[in-house]
Amino acid sequence: MCKVCGCVSESGHVKVAGAILHTETGRQIEVVQALLGENDRQAEHNRAHFNAAGVLVVNLMSSPGAGKTSLLEATIQAVHGRLRIAVIEGDLETENDARRIRGAGAQAVQITTGSACHLDAGMVHAALHTLALRDIDVLFIENVGNLVCPASFDLGQHRNVVLLSVTEGDDKPEKYPVMFRAANLLLVSKTDLTEAVGDFQTLRALRHFRHLANPAPMLEISARKGDGMAAWIEWLMAERARCRPAKVARAGE
Amino acid sequence: MHELAICEAMLQQAVGIARAHGGRVKRINLRVGPLAGVEAHLLRAAFPLAAAGTVCEGAVLVIETPAVRVECQICGVASYVKPNRLLCGACGAWRVALLTGDEMRIESLELFETETANV
Repeated sequence: MCKVCGCVSESGHVKVAGAILHTETGRQIEVVQALLGENDRQAEHNRAHFNAAGVLVVNLMSSPGAGKTSLLEATIQAVHGRLRIAVIEGDLETENDARRIRGAGAQAVQITTGSACHLDAGMVHAALHTLALRDIDVLFIENVGNLVCPASFDLGQHRNVVLLSVTEGDDKPEKYPVMFRAANLLLVSKTDLTEAVGDFQTLRALRHFRHLANPAPMLEISARKGDGMAAWIEWLMAERARCRPAKVARAGE
Repeated sequence: MHELAICEAMLQQAVGIARAHGGRVKRINLRVGPLAGVEAHLLRAAFPLAAAGTVCEGAVLVIETPAVRVECQICGVASYVKPNRLLCGACGAWRVALLTGDEMRIESLELFETETANV
């Protein structure tokens, strides 16, 4: 017999969304829904837009000043004529980053979040309708510089790229496990400064990263000097190619 | 501090469910793992502010935190681990699958029985 409402049926108390238990003082509604269910729905909607247009969407995350915008400027120049890039820029204030991206020759939309520390799927949805998606191969979403909050919000992206600059310390993955667990690619940036910094060890960073059970690749890069850019572009092209067949299959459905 | 945004999203769902069943919310039961990226105490702090003026005002927010548990893909052993050290407790391999610890969901709502349901 059920101890809660005294009924004899056990089967009526299995965890089904919306199942109602009568307790001594009220009703308990079994829900089992994601806390960010509404954001997740919006993110799926965004992803459907991106898939229909055949756009690879990369969510770029890092702490402030790890070199996200510099990486994008160098990337836009490196793939000129091969890939059409657009960028959604997320910042608390200013249009500065969007201006830099436009200066490098790509479409850019700036989202200023005010005091919000992350982008959410709704903000990205508003921004994506200002872009000509059909004229884009790869859309970067440059998230707000922050190793905590952006990790919790699905935006509708296909891949997460997390930057870790050598000036930050190689134990960042150990300190911010949620963010680094979400990475599909770890980019160790500003490698031209490694010698000046002195104590950043790439292998130690990789070990901390693997301790999060993340099998994703790690690449070392200097956007300023160009070191490692070829491997990064190769990764991007491969991901883009992987995105393609899905689009063709979808179109044929 | 994204917990306020997460709290508001959670309340939006709770209010919708309470409306559908008719009644004020007495208790909200959440399950938030250490790898969800949400701090339970910040969520608790945000709750009274976000709930003010809704059917959830005055409700008790209960947050259950499951332990982080992984299953080794090499030796098959399941073990409890620290959130930033997801290594097999038996063989030390990092190729493990997360069994629990990243949950971020509403488990159930308790409503006061005083109002009749809108059917």
